[in-house]
Amino acid sequence: MDHRPQAWGRPRDDVYGAYDASYLQTTGPKTATQAPVVTGTSVIAIKFKDGVVMAADNLASYGSLARFTDVKRLRPFLSTSIVGFGGDVSDMQFLDRHLNELAIDEAYEHDHAETPSPSDDSTTTTQPPRGQLNAANLHKYLSKLMYRRRSDFDPLWNQILVAGLDSASKPFLASVDLRGTTFSSPSLATGFGAMLAQPIMRRFAATEEDAAKLTREQAVDVVKECMKVLFYRDARSLDRYSLAVVTKDGVELREDEQLEKQSWAFAERIRGYGTQTV
Amino acid sequence: MFRNNYDNDSVTFSPQGRIFQVEYAAEAVKQGSVVVGIASKTHVVLVAIKRNAEELSSYQKKLFPIDEHVGIAIAGLTSDARVLSNFMKQQCLGHRLTYGRNMPVRTLVDMIGSKAQINTQHYGKRPYGVGLLVAGVDEQGPHLFEFQPSGMTEEMVAFAIGARSQMARTYLEKNIDKFAECGRDELIRHGLRALNESLVQDRELTVDNTSVGVAGAVRASEQDGGSIAVEPFQVYDQQDVAAWIESVAEDKEGDAGAGEGGDAAGEGMDVDS
Repeated sequence: MDHRPQAWGRPRDDVYGAYDASYLQTTGPKTATQAPVVTGTSVIAIKFKDGVVMAADNLASYGSLARFTDVKRLRPFLSTSIVGFGGDVSDMQFLDRHLNELAIDEAYEHDHAETPSPSDDSTTTTQPPRGQLNAANLHKYLSKLMYRRRSDFDPLWNQILVAGLDSASKPFLASVDLRGTTFSSPSLATGFGAMLAQPIMRRFAATEEDAAKLTREQAVDVVKECMKVLFYRDARSLDRYSLAVVTKDGVELREDEQLEKQSWAFAERIRGYGTQTV
Repeated sequence: MFRNNYDNDSVTFSPQGRIFQVEYAAEAVKQGSVVVGIASKTHVVLVAIKRNAEELSSYQKKLFPIDEHVGIAIAGLTSDARVLSNFMKQQCLGHRLTYGRNMPVRTLVDMIGSKAQINTQHYGKRPYGVGLLVAGVDEQGPHLFEFQPSGMTEEMVAFAIGARSQMARTYLEKNIDKFAECGRDELIRHGLRALNESLVQDRELTVDNTSVGVAGAVRASEQDGGSIAVEPFQVYDQQDVAAWIESVAEDKEGDAGAGEGGDAAGEGMDVDS
């Protein structure tokens, strides 16, 4: 028995040889992300009458290799907002942990302030306590975070969509990227989706007024259709995807959706790629 | 020879388990002129008596706006209050910049609480010599908080700090059930009546020595999202408070008998002067 606590849980020196402590050395040059490594592709989202629909496939690519096929790229925040990550997956995991911390702090600040109101509450939904960070607040925070990191020349290599409700309980959808650039629109898409899915979504929600007429079912159908087109044409995509619907009743997140009714008939007519001779 | 040996710094306990520096700081709050705060379901008000050093000088301000939705009333060392007020202003601004929303009042008060408490447990530091009433509105509605130099903060329905504030508190305790449903003007009048209670015999509320601060929160109906419309914290002085002072003076003349009864009860409780 080795009584030195430093050795507990370590491979035994007499069996494996002395441990090379230089691996534990933490000093070294400061490094920053120069390029994304393991990446997620498009995130798409569209507003409708009472909320926002967002989707992203479950693939994390390592270059052109489909490396991980069960990565959840849509993350709920305080069960009131949804954050969709495109780009580097390790930076996404960093942000996810960071946002979890933020959500816990926020929940602590607000649960003791919450007094149950006697009048209403026949509709006991997952209504969050008032005053917690909403999607608009969260997007503002993320934009400051992303801009700070790019100013440190150590950007978080993501493009992020934030969906939820704003302070007036209207549907909110906005984007922030690795440079801290922000914009918002009735429909948004990152990566390849910006070229392939955005034109389709704009056919249904070109303006805020159009989006306010869409029903939830219509919005979900549009998003599913876009995911299908993305799977057809984006070589870094997958037919398993996550779909989130966020309304005032909270976030409904399904993380194992399967593309339905695919038709590859069009592929026969494609000429010009690969090794065919005709 | 019998000097108190246990009040040289804020980190030494006396044998009785007291920290004298912190108690002295609490005493400094009682030297300041009285301020009263009351919260209803829709509004929160601060009212204060201003002092002038001499007849020819101006009056020392007692109410300070911090941010759109928060204001403070101070009793004690004004210069210490300035430090806390600047800190609160910066925190509110920073929060607005990073999150795009008004800082929740409790979060803000917790921050000055922690800041003040640190001063009570480091050698070479001293507690702030000022007490605050923090009034503000956020998504939860109107709030009133008390802040003490010890770092203690507590949410209040109504409270008064400063010289002779016990009389004002007695008035507030007597009327506490009425506050929740009060409208804006009625709440201010309650505040002024409470102030009146703690005035010395020959002084009275005038437009020169009275300040009123109000913030409000009107909640939209559930169909409209139930969000809060903020009436920003605003300080009223001089002619802007004349109407309220007058209306309080009027109903005092109206029931002079009740007023005398209150005075008699107040005299017995005159602990700090």
